[in-house]
Amino acid sequence: MIYARIAGTGSYLPPNILTNADLEKMVDTTDEWIFSRTGIKQRHRVTDELTSDLATQAARNAIAAAGIQAADIDLIIVATTTPDKIFPSVATMVQRKLGIAGCPAFDVQAVCSGFVYALTTANHFIKSGQYKNALVIGADTFSRICDYTDRSNCILWGDGAGAVILQTSEQPGILSTHIHADGNYETYLHVPHNPDGADTVVMEGNPVFKMAVNTLDQIVDETLAANQMQKSDIDWLVPHQANIRILQATAKKLEMPMDKVVVTVDKHGNTSAASIPLALDTAVRDGRIQRGQILLMEAFGGGFTWGSALVKF
Amino acid sequence: MSDIEQRVKKIVCEQLGANEADVKNASSFVDDLGADSLDTVELVMALEEEFDCEIPDEEAEKITTVQQAIDYVNANVK
Repeated sequence: MIYARIAGTGSYLPPNILTNADLEKMVDTTDEWIFSRTGIKQRHRVTDELTSDLATQAARNAIAAAGIQAADIDLIIVATTTPDKIFPSVATMVQRKLGIAGCPAFDVQAVCSGFVYALTTANHFIKSGQYKNALVIGADTFSRICDYTDRSNCILWGDGAGAVILQTSEQPGILSTHIHADGNYETYLHVPHNPDGADTVVMEGNPVFKMAVNTLDQIVDETLAANQMQKSDIDWLVPHQANIRILQATAKKLEMPMDKVVVTVDKHGNTSAASIPLALDTAVRDGRIQRGQILLMEAFGGGFTWGSALVKF
Repeated sequence: MSDIEQRVKKIVCEQLGANEADVKNASSFVDDLGADSLDTVELVMALEEEFDCEIPDEEAEKITTVQQAIDYVNANVK
């Protein structure tokens, strides 16, 4: 039996930081208002970099961590909602910037759930035996599609990228992945066409919050049942970092103390598809996540889309 | 105090971190008990769980006081 294991992780944040104090000067808001509702203190924001630049840096870090060469990569999948251009894909741009060519490279778009979708896709390709070293990236620059006059919304988003090398292995590895979507909720969280200016993110925060908490609760149950595991078997929850209140509500339903939840939303904001691999890399590099531990990744995003991955690291 | 009233008040105390003595029937979640918009969403979710019901968004928006929550449960939960 072939499994896919995470051989290395990497991430990258653009150096420019936008604090709540900076936002106070841009829109009618306060640090207290933002922090109490979202848990966010600061976020990174690109100046002139594009999504493929962040993705490539994260990829280089993951390649180094896995101890392989770029030339060993035989599949590239990038989860993003904010590609540099409508086409070609960010994945092909990353491929070029890494100095390789020939292997398949494509993007997956599932907004904040994108990394779980991309990981699921790569997992199946590896398990099929066709590929041996997949580069899976979540990268987004939501600052390019958010309206910095909308105070309820622009405070949330941050830019960044995270990556993993998924490698063929005789031992698990990824234990299971679960992905879902329901397109009936399109207009709850979307970027509508704006005839009068730039297209920017529009969100109905309260119903999204409610759906997210309830849906994440269900997918945790689904994931554990598929593996005949208990909540207590999970060493680390590595969730999509939308909002500290969603993380707290999910942890409570999981009966997990917050010190078993990897939280980066305070420093990164919501980086969409990048948030899970960014959180994963953060906790791997600071030594919290150790080899052999059980990680539960979960995400919920526009579409709606949602998904989870249970991983033996 | 009816059973429903007691259960509603207990949830309000838990969700909003309010003292039992401060939670009166006329108390407004936002104005009197310091709830923000996400607190009110979480409060509705806790009521749904406690009373095993689903409160539609348009109904949830109308529940702004302790008494309105009690009334909703009395009218809609069998």
